[in-house]
Amino acid sequence: MSTDSHNSSLSKLGTELLVQTGVKVTHCYQCGKCTAGCPLAEEMDYPPSLVMRMLQTGNPELEERVLRSFSIWVCLTCEMCFARCPMSIDIPKMMDYLREKAIKEKKANPKAKEIIAFHKSFLDSIKYTGRLYEIGLFAGYKSRTLKILDDLSLAPKMMKRGKLNILPEMIHDRSGIAAIFRKTVKKNKN
Amino acid sequence: MSKIGVFVCHCGENISATVDCAKVAETAAKYEGVTFSVDYKYMCSDPGQSIIKNAIKEKGLTGVVVGSCSPRMHEPTFRKACAEAGLNPYMCEMANLREHCSWVHEKAESTTEKAIDLVRVLVEKVKYNQSLDAIKVPVTKTALVIGGGIAGIQTSLDIANAGHKVILIEKDPSIGGHMSQLSETFPTLDCSQCILTPRMVEVAQHPNITLYTYAELESLEGFIGNFKVKIRRKSKSIDEKLCTGCGMCTIKCPNKKIPSEFNEGLGKRTAIYVPFPQAVPNKPVIDRINCTYYTKGKCRICEKVCPTQAIRFDQEDQIVEAEIGAIVVATGFAVKQPDFFPEYGYGKYADVITGLQFERLASASGPTLGEIRRPSDGKIPEKIVFLSCAGSRDEAKGIPYCSKICCMYIAKHAMLYQHKVHGGKSYVFYMDIRAGGKMYEEFVRRAIEDDGVNYIRGRVSRIYEKNGKLIVKGADTLLNAMPVEIEADMVVLATAGIANEGAEELAQKLHVSYDSYHFFAEAHPKLKPVETNTAGIFLAGACQAPRDIPESVAMASGAAVKVAGLFSQDELTREPLIAFVNRQAPPVYSSCVGCFLCVSACPYQAIEKEEIKNRNGEVLKTVARVNPGLCQGCGTCVAFCRTKSIDIQGYTHEQVYSEVMALLND
Amino acid sequence: MTLGFYPGCSLKGSSREYAESVLAVAGAFDIFLEEISDWNCCGATAAHNINRELSVALPARILSLAEKQGFEEIVVPCAACFSRLTVTKHELSADPSLRERICEINKMDYKGSVRILNIIQMLDKYVTPSLESRVTKPFDHKVACYYGCYLVRPHEILKFDREEDPQSMDDLMLKIGATPIDWAFKTECCGAGLSVSRTRSVGRLSGKIISDAVDRGAEAMVVVCPMCHSNLDMRRDAINTFLGEKIGIPVLYVTQAIGLAVGIDRKALALQRHFVKVTI
Repeated sequence: MSTDSHNSSLSKLGTELLVQTGVKVTHCYQCGKCTAGCPLAEEMDYPPSLVMRMLQTGNPELEERVLRSFSIWVCLTCEMCFARCPMSIDIPKMMDYLREKAIKEKKANPKAKEIIAFHKSFLDSIKYTGRLYEIGLFAGYKSRTLKILDDLSLAPKMMKRGKLNILPEMIHDRSGIAAIFRKTVKKNKN
Repeated sequence: MSKIGVFVCHCGENISATVDCAKVAETAAKYEGVTFSVDYKYMCSDPGQSIIKNAIKEKGLTGVVVGSCSPRMHEPTFRKACAEAGLNPYMCEMANLREHCSWVHEKAESTTEKAIDLVRVLVEKVKYNQSLDAIKVPVTKTALVIGGGIAGIQTSLDIANAGHKVILIEKDPSIGGHMSQLSETFPTLDCSQCILTPRMVEVAQHPNITLYTYAELESLEGFIGNFKVKIRRKSKSIDEKLCTGCGMCTIKCPNKKIPSEFNEGLGKRTAIYVPFPQAVPNKPVIDRINCTYYTKGKCRICEKVCPTQAIRFDQEDQIVEAEIGAIVVATGFAVKQPDFFPEYGYGKYADVITGLQFERLASASGPTLGEIRRPSDGKIPEKIVFLSCAGSRDEAKGIPYCSKICCMYIAKHAMLYQHKVHGGKSYVFYMDIRAGGKMYEEFVRRAIEDDGVNYIRGRVSRIYEKNGKLIVKGADTLLNAMPVEIEADMVVLATAGIANEGAEELAQKLHVSYDSYHFFAEAHPKLKPVETNTAGIFLAGACQAPRDIPESVAMASGAAVKVAGLFSQDELTREPLIAFVNRQAPPVYSSCVGCFLCVSACPYQAIEKEEIKNRNGEVLKTVARVNPGLCQGCGTCVAFCRTKSIDIQGYTHEQVYSEVMALLND
Repeated sequence: MTLGFYPGCSLKGSSREYAESVLAVAGAFDIFLEEISDWNCCGATAAHNINRELSVALPARILSLAEKQGFEEIVVPCAACFSRLTVTKHELSADPSLRERICEINKMDYKGSVRILNIIQMLDKYVTPSLESRVTKPFDHKVACYYGCYLVRPHEILKFDREEDPQSMDDLMLKIGATPIDWAFKTECCGAGLSVSRTRSVGRLSGKIISDAVDRGAEAMVVVCPMCHSNLDMRRDAINTFLGEKIGIPVLYVTQAIGLAVGIDRKALALQRHFVKVTI
């Protein structure tokens, strides 16, 4: 850690968060209630209160670690932390922002590969049809993660129960949906 | 013909660094009416004051203008100097050349010009000044103390020992307050009642103290030194003169299931009851809300068994009137019930209790006779968890401020538990440890190092019950935010300290300011902690903000000294800079038309109606009259008066107008 | 009584039984649910995890469609879709510049006039008044009402029931003769969108939920969200692995429980589609 390890007023990411999400990282007094109630805390590399602390310091090295963390991806946005936080800090909103930023800057944690693959496959599916096509989702997910054998038995079981549509449901205004994707996700990539 | 002296101060370099003081004095010397003008390095010093005094005597000055610092600094100094030299002190005015000029501008010609203007304005004003004399009001040397907790008790004893009369009123049946509910006090672990009850008895027996319990303030009128109060003595339903405190009625009363307020709901009491064994006075009261006779018209057993026939079912409330010189408010604080935290299960799970309830469990006179037992099944808890900040420092759900005493009493509770339950395990979930008093830090270290209390830094997210145990889900933020789960037998919540219910109503009766939390407001947060903005009313203890016993006692003695200081004079001197309604010759008598807009405008209720009568006693006219004891000279009435009949001494229309004209001309 | 109906993607596919039971109950109580024409996916968790504007644009399009088609109220049985739509409505009303941007992206008008009802709100408003009198087969079982995350949080925006120990579903269950138990995991997360990418985590989180309910004597779980249902039902193997034993407690949608109580045919309620056999 450099000699200038703490610089909260000059925090670049902290300022960004305040402007873009309204979250003021210095408002957190590190009580730990969010971590205490987080269902995924024990699977995170940095539990939520620790993420807040790392962002509070304004230390660029720690900010980088947050963006590259696994925590932000395994967070379920279950909103439990925000519901209990005594300082009403919108952690879920902050997590969403950090996730978008991590992808944009190509810093997403490699351990989150499957999770991100799932989100992307889901979105790919609705980009073309307007509604989720589960088979398309599974196909996309397996091709991204190469987890061909996972859940293999699930598909026939679902089909037996009438829960898996062979054909996708297509909405009429597919071009409208494609346009939405173009103006949002595609724009981000550039 | 005015003979005004102008004295311009350099204030070391504070004024002279940016203002040319010599030039100011030179310019002022040329004004009409100024016969003496000089500048000097330190006007407020002894030699400086001598210059003023000598000038007054030698030149026969009729007015003095000192161009120096703010009047809030040295107005009394210069006025006193003038008085010593034989000039009425209200003929002395100060031009603020420092805070209003030299300190807020750069060194420039315009700065000096401004200083010259300021002096000229005051010179013109002084030409219209009148000699004024301080107002004297008589003082009633009896104090009213509202609240009989430790602060109220201490202040009553101090005032009484200073030789003055005290009326102490307490709304509960006994004095003692929250301190009487505690088991032991930090940092000495003294038994709370053992150190408190001698004081309580002293209060009851002191010849100068009149104690009214089960009594509240009904109304207040008047002003400092001259208050008129009405006290409502709620009916106890017994004749206190006949009652010997034998307690037979409380033993025989069949209505035994009422939750005891003193035991914070953990124990039960009877309908006719004494709140605790060491109560002062040790006489019972009947709780009319729950008593079978008052609700259903039956029973009356207490009346039958009372050996002195002291029960009086149809006794009514009594209003007592008294004349009072000063009031000390010592009404204490309340504990915020933590049921607004549904995640902690207070109110749902019997074994989640508050700190004050824990005090009652630990107390030898409590519902479990001093043994720590679970309210649900009476078993002794083997694992106990304490939560700090259960309500305090919580913007989202509770109160944002810190309640100050909880870190200390949690350490105390954990230590008491460890002493009473050998082999028991205790945990404290904390955010910070605030232990700033004498021997406080050492006390907390004992808990951690000697008594083995597990301190974990982190808040608890929720508590739920499973198989008779309380599952506590917390986190250790010092261990890289590691989640921690504890299966506890009992959980104690450190509740927030808030203002008492009814604090707002009382403040409004007293015309005392209070903040958004309904704590009473001190006159100055640093330098006037025991005074309020209402003259003659003082504060002691936790009614002003949460605080512990030593601070409450210190504050109580501080308030007592203020009262004693007030009572040390037979008359009170007040500044004469107050409003007055003009009087003229008959047949007008006064330009006041009696619209009394001023009466409704006055924030201090200082304006009355006065009847002007002829020799036969017939009322000719009713006009306004300012009470010189109450008026604070704020000037609101002057702005309201449609006929310009009311004016302020020292700031009359003429004086202010002359200042404005002085600024405009030139 | 015609209400707009937003099924969402799950109700059309992997959670068809929910849609079937909703329509069956609606039919029995003379509520006509008209599907919003050409509705799109709300984006679920994927959209807000990847791109903020997308996560607002997709639900906004649905609300704009509903407005254009003249619906005053729409019913959204899926709790996750309900949350996305309600949060979007709130954000668009709070931030005019965002609203402008989204209308530009969607190329649609947006007024914010549609009222969004979750399944319990719909039942409370249109079914509860006559529910008790219509019960022919009292649902005489101990049930664990599982609310999940998205029905009650964030409370300031959703303004529904209460965050801790909610009671709205429990009250409904009482009306059909069931005994809702008091238990500790009513609003703890089931593992949500990690069903595919981290099934073991779902096994752990959903396992804790099932375990607490079963320990306290529940005979059935009652849910309002297709994702929760999927995690508690379809992923029962993962749960059993985590708990180290096979648990057979069935998971019913609230509309299925109500349907059974008012005598609707089991097939119409599609109970046979569940992974864990529903024997009650």
